Amino acid sequence: MMDWTIFARSILMVAEKNMRIYYFKGPVVVFGLLFPLLMFFTFFIGRNLDIVLFFPGFLGMMLFFTASSVGPLITPWEKREKTYERLVSLPVILESIILGDLLAGAVFGVIITVIVCSVSVFILTLPLLSAGLLVVGFLLGSITFAALGTLLASPTTDNPSNIMMLSSLVRLPLVFVSGIFIPLDQLEGWQWVLTSFSPLTYLVDLFHAAFLGDAVYPAYIDSAVLIFVSLVFIGGTKIIQRRNLVKGI
Amino acid sequence: MDVIEAHNLHKSFGPVVAVDGVSIAVEKGGIFGFLGPNGAGKTTTIRMLTGVLTPDEGTALIGGIDIHKNPLGAKMKMGIIPENGTVYSDLTAEQNILWTAKFYGLDKSLREQRAFEILARLGLTGRRHDLVRTFSKGMRQRISIACAIVHSPPVLVLDEPTTGLDVYSRRLVIDTIRHMNEEGSTILLTTHNIEEANALCSSICIINKGKIVATGSPEKLKKTFDTSRYVEISFEQPVKRDVFTSQGIIRVENHGDKWRIFMDDPDLAVKYLAALAEQDHLKIVSIATSNPSLEEAFVQLTAGA
Ligand SMILES: Nc1ncnc2c1ncn2[C@@H]1O[C@H](COP(=O)(O)OP(=O)(O)O)[C@@H](O)[C@H]1O
Ligand SMILES: [Mg+2]
Repeated sequence: MMDWTIFARSILMVAEKNMRIYYFKGPVVVFGLLFPLLMFFTFFIGRNLDIVLFFPGFLGMMLFFTASSVGPLITPWEKREKTYERLVSLPVILESIILGDLLAGAVFGVIITVIVCSVSVFILTLPLLSAGLLVVGFLLGSITFAALGTLLASPTTDNPSNIMMLSSLVRLPLVFVSGIFIPLDQLEGWQWVLTSFSPLTYLVDLFHAAFLGDAVYPAYIDSAVLIFVSLVFIGGTKIIQRRNLVKGI
Repeated sequence: MDVIEAHNLHKSFGPVVAVDGVSIAVEKGGIFGFLGPNGAGKTTTIRMLTGVLTPDEGTALIGGIDIHKNPLGAKMKMGIIPENGTVYSDLTAEQNILWTAKFYGLDKSLREQRAFEILARLGLTGRRHDLVRTFSKGMRQRISIACAIVHSPPVLVLDEPTTGLDVYSRRLVIDTIRHMNEEGSTILLTTHNIEEANALCSSICIINKGKIVATGSPEKLKKTFDTSRYVEISFEQPVKRDVFTSQGIIRVENHGDKWRIFMDDPDLAVKYLAALAEQDHLKIVSIATSNPSLEEAFVQLTAGA
């Protein structure tokens, strides 16, 4: 027996709390904007690459970093601050907290990335072939990477700096092995295999389809992979957090 | 009708048995005190009752709703102050209360009205726009209770609500608990403070090492230990045990320069001792009767903890 109104409200309330307390703060927003920009230019400058060709990769990385940046820190932080114990005493279930955290990350990622995307499209006068695929990409990408954020938040610790380390250890390789810096159709053999392990690859591929029409996979494959990966992330989060609940932490 | 029911709750953390078969029933409208020394298993029991911790065994019902089968339904009926829980320090006092109220589905005007009333009741009106970060421990606990009562919950659960508070905050918290009870909330609170339990609770249950060792009203629990009433006396001259020869004496104990005379009726004991002193020409330095206290009951029940 489950009251869906209460459940839906609890997700929104958790998300609202996260946005207010953790996301929409000057330093967080500035860092969210700056970090992907810096990362990108580190690789871009001096290599004489075509901005238009690499824009989908840039956008994918932007969404990846913004949607997954703060999520990993929320639960460890709240456990340390002792606000978590109060949160779980409110009318929530584990899923409310997981989905609320996910929602906040996704919304933050979309808002920041949409702003950057609109400005870039305007300045660079980029072509847009399919607005629909762009929307699908934003939706699925933000959910997948926000879900990665909640998964990274789950291990048993109340020390946010442990999680920060773990988060970098997982997220940076996912960027490096994705098809961001080298177009997928120029990769061969093992490189190709490697890129197929990063969910970011499929998002960037979707953006390629949306902007340039030079995607490697069909859009439905990209979407299916992203949906599958989000479900795995959410499921993993739930299993780990349920275990923590039994252990009393 | 019992508003809070727990049946045979068990919880172990690895080798540590924290709660070992606890069952409780709290009648509607009562203030139920869960009393026990540190580490007795109070918090673990409360966490299982409030759906925060999954029990190894046993069930818990809040207003007839199983907390582990329908946690959302059961939690909507509850206001909870966890022992180790605090409100958000990056929100203001008022924002914390309003956010919590929204969580329980109160509409905007009701949220604002309740926040206004409760802030006034807890003496925080002047600080309502300040970040909780700037608050003292007592003020934080007041905000915590403010959030817990914002939806006028039928069941209010508080884990050590007054521990470590300043006198003023403690007073406000206790007054608020009483007020909520008068307004119809059933209260379950834990404490290791015997006087507090005695003064506040209509019913008490003493827990030790994960097991309930006694249940009853404070007066009833005291009665159980009425046999431990004694008169404590000391004389200027040294005396031997065999001077105390009255019929009604149950036991005589020597504590330093003091003697404890255990009798069924302490009033008679006082009279007897006065007569004894006069007869043997002993000079009394001090004499006092012990009141049966919940503390004695508590100490005896939890001895060896
Ligand atoms: N999450 C946990 N992990 C391991 N041991 C725990 C945990 N929570 C409580 N305990 C242990 O369970 C026992 C009961 O603790 P607790 O319920 O907090 O007691 P109380 O609230 O009465 O002081 C203690 O021995 C405590 O160390
Ligand atoms: Mg405790």
